[in-house]
This record gives sequence, structure tokens and C-alpha cells, in this order.
Amino acid sequence: MSILVIAEHDNSSLKQATLNVVAAAKAIGGDIDVLVAGENCGAVAEAAAKAEGVNKVLVADNAAYGHFLGENLGELVAEVGKGYSHILAAAGTTGKDFMPRVAALLDVAQVSDIIRVESEDTFVRPIYAGNAIATVKANDAIKVITVRPTGFDPVAGEGGSASVEQLDIVKDAGLSAFVNEELAKSDRPDLGSAGIVVSGGRGMQNGDNFKMLEQVADLLGAAVGASRAAVDAGFVPNDMQVGQTGKIVAPQLYIAVGISGAIQHLAGMSDSKVIVAINKDEEAPIFQVADYGLVADLFEAVPQLEEELKKVL
Amino acid sequence: MKVLVAVKRVIDYNVKVRVKPDNTGVDLANVKMAMNPFCEIAVEEAVRLKEKGVASEIVVVSIGPKAAQEQIRTALALGADRGIHIETDEEVQSLEAAKLLKSVVEKEEPKLVILGKQSIDSDNNQTGQMLAALTGMGQGTFASEVVVEGDKVNVTREIDGGLMTLALSLPAVVTTDLRLNEPRYASLPNIMKAKKKPLESMSPADLGVDIANRLSTLKVEAPAARQAGVKVADVAELVDKLKNEAKVI
Repeated sequence: MSILVIAEHDNSSLKQATLNVVAAAKAIGGDIDVLVAGENCGAVAEAAAKAEGVNKVLVADNAAYGHFLGENLGELVAEVGKGYSHILAAAGTTGKDFMPRVAALLDVAQVSDIIRVESEDTFVRPIYAGNAIATVKANDAIKVITVRPTGFDPVAGEGGSASVEQLDIVKDAGLSAFVNEELAKSDRPDLGSAGIVVSGGRGMQNGDNFKMLEQVADLLGAAVGASRAAVDAGFVPNDMQVGQTGKIVAPQLYIAVGISGAIQHLAGMSDSKVIVAINKDEEAPIFQVADYGLVADLFEAVPQLEEELKKVL
Repeated sequence: MKVLVAVKRVIDYNVKVRVKPDNTGVDLANVKMAMNPFCEIAVEEAVRLKEKGVASEIVVVSIGPKAAQEQIRTALALGADRGIHIETDEEVQSLEAAKLLKSVVEKEEPKLVILGKQSIDSDNNQTGQMLAALTGMGQGTFASEVVVEGDKVNVTREIDGGLMTLALSLPAVVTTDLRLNEPRYASLPNIMKAKKKPLESMSPADLGVDIANRLSTLKVEAPAARQAGVKVADVAELVDKLKNEAKVI
């Protein structure tokens, strides 16, 4: 078996999710190649070559791939991937965008968002927002798979010494063009891979009050997230949303503040190792999944939490 | 311009999902069904385009059992002009759904196809992108804003790091995310009018598409239940537990 992993990156650095996907590839077994498609992405290729268990890094460096347009990546990956038994990518918004195109171009089914590998052709994935877990067998010759990064512990990012090979394949479908992007800038860790996440819900009442959570997060080296209710209310931008339709997180510690615990939110964080809930409504469903629940007014509890943390950290 | 909207009949999003005791799937017997929420957003967007004078006709298509006509009628009540029902009692997976939709696209030649980004049952997030690839169209996935200008559509997408805007040549495929719009409710007069709107029915065989499944579901289980933990009395106890019991800070 031979597995092609599509690297997730921003043209300058390799995203950790790629290491989780390589771990999924290792669970399948076989030679693992990594494809880095981007523009001026040499540093990413070098980083990918150091990842544990990688055999070869293929680099497609061209302006056509600079913004990860699904049409162009779809054609590239379908062409490079047709010689492999498995094609894997992280189930982030980039992988979710281009991988179904790859599957369609190869005329094979895609298995989305796997959280476990049972065998080379059998995978486990959540359905119904995580309310059911399906074991699925893929019957096509090439398995096109997106991987939920939190389902797999990442391989080491250092120590490997894969060869790096430049590909001269330019696929520019000419169907779409990049106009602009507004990316959130933050010195905090990435929400999807942070070890600790502090999230706020509708109970925060407004966006300014999230500053209280940011102060706690900065003490803990944590990322800040939000429930869909908080995003829909306009308190914070969409990239902070944790839940079924937002980011799926599984940190060591998840602190839910003023979040009631709607099913769609639980779907995004219930695999966290330790869950803390702070909510003034003791009937809130979030307490049914929380390891430690504190029934309190968050506007008193959060400043106290900051003070207590300062004492012990 | 003509807009094609695909909608799916799924379990109502308020229903508590229960896995069947024999682990063959989810229990759908006597369960309330509804239009997939992302598909409602797709219908709403098409109706708004028509209200702005951008769309001239909205065709709604659904693949599924006879009862899926209920969801087509709902879309017609919300403002779609006519319906196409591809009737089958078999499970249709994403690639085959995309092939069925491709044959509808070839016949109807819409300028814009709008779908939900995923259905809340299988959670695949594939069909729109597959349809786009099969028909050679560009795609704007996870859309939070759709602006048609001449022969282009600008789509703002919700991506992991924030927002990204693409310009796509028409015809194109758009898949909807949650914040694209807030769907309206159908009024009673419109529900009555919808009953008279045309609805054409056909089978996958009529369209020459093989819908045999490529993925086999071996079993479906309930997720491991998470046990509720303890309530702490105050913040000091919480921090103590996190530090000395859970050892996560």
C-alpha cells in the first residue's frame, strides 16, 4: 500500500493537523508520501520532510496553488494521487473543499472525517453530529479520506529525513480567482490544536466581555473559542466557533463559560480530556458532560478564576 | 438566470437521534423528518436572489423516497418555481447523488447551483464539491455571502482562519454555511399555492445513473457516554481540582 497525505499549511509553515493525518496514515500502514501544494512553500516542504514516518515529500510550487483553490488542488491531487491506494487530508475547510473533487475526478467514494482506522479499508466516523458512530468499509480501489485531526495523536514533527522531489504539474482550471481574505490575527495558540481552550457562550452578553476570557486564556496559554450562539449574536467572529459546524476540538482542558451545552456545541468538544463548565443555570446540559461544574455568575467567577490562577501558576 | 437548488429530507434537527439496538443504523421509524437546515438556507438564498431580480427561475430538486416530495413542496412554498423529484427508496451516497444532480444540471442548464454544505444525517460535506467537479464548474463552499455580478459570482467563504472571498465564473456551485441568511417561514397562502406548482418525478434509471453504494456501513453504534462529574463549591476548589486532581494546569 502507498499513501499520499496532502499537507495543510499556509505557504510558510506546516499546520500541525498534517502530523495528525500522517498518524492516521501510519495506522493504515504502507509507504507515506506527503504532497505540499502551494506557492513559495519550500519551508513547508522542509518541515514535512522532518515528520516521523514520511518516505518522500512531493512539492507542487506554483501560483495556481497559492490560495488552495479547490478546483486547482482537486485536479492536481487527482493526478498525483491516482498511483496511490489511499489519499488523505485533514478535514479542515481546505481538505473539505478540494477532496470531494478529487474523489469525483477519480470516480471513487470519499470517507469523510474519520476518527479511527480499523483496517486498510475500514474506518470509523461520527455521523448525526456525533450522536452515532459508524464503521464504514470503502470498496473502491483508491480510498479518498478526510481525517479529523483530534482523532489521532500527531507523529513527531522532527527526526525524519524524507527526500524532497519537485513536481512540474501545473493545474489551473481558470474557474475561480482569489479576491481577498480576512484572517484573524492572534498570538494565542491555534484553536484546533491548543492544549487548553477557554470558550464563551451567549452568557457572555457581548464581545467586550470576552476580554475576561482572553485574560484567563493568556494565563493558561490557551486558545479562546465560542459557542454558535455567541457567534450568531455577533460577539465574536466565526473562526472562533466550536461545534458541529465550527471547529472540532479535543484539548486536555476545555473551560466552557456561559455555554448552555446545545447538542451541536457538545459535538465539537465532548472528546476533550477534562471539561469545566461555569454557568449560573444548574440545569444547563453542559453540566452533564462536565468533569467539574461550577454553578455561579460568570461575571463573578471568571475574575476570581483569574486571581486564583495567578496564585498557582 | 436560472438557479437550481438541491434539498435533502433528513431527520428533524430537534429530534434526539437513537441508534437501533441491532447496530444497523439510526432509528428513523415514526421520527419527524424535515428539510436539512443547510438546504433551507440554500432555498432562502435562491429566493432572495429572485427577489433582487438576479434569479429568474428557481428549480428545486430532491433525491429520495416518495415522502421527499414534502420537502420539495416546502421549497415551493418558500418561493421556488417548480420541483424535480428523483424517486428512490435506496440509500443514495454522495458521489451517486452528485451524478444524479449532474444529469439534472445538463438538462436544466442553471447558471447557479446552491446546495447545503452538508446534511445533518451523514455529515459528509461532499455532494456540492463532487457535482462541481463532475460538471467542470467552480465552487464556493461554506458560503456566508453570495453576490452575483454579471457573469461572475463573488462568494465569501467561512474558512478555518477567518473569511475568504472568491470570484467564480458562472455557471458555478455554491454550498451554504450557517450565516449566509436566516430562512423565512412559509405562509399559509404560499403553502396552498405551492400545491399547484409543477413537480416532475423520475427515477435514477430514467437518468441512466447507477446508484449502487461504494461504501458499506458495517455497524452504527451510540457514542461512548460521558459521565457527569462533580460540582465544585467555588473557584478556589475548581482551581485546586484542576491542579491537584486532574493535573491539567
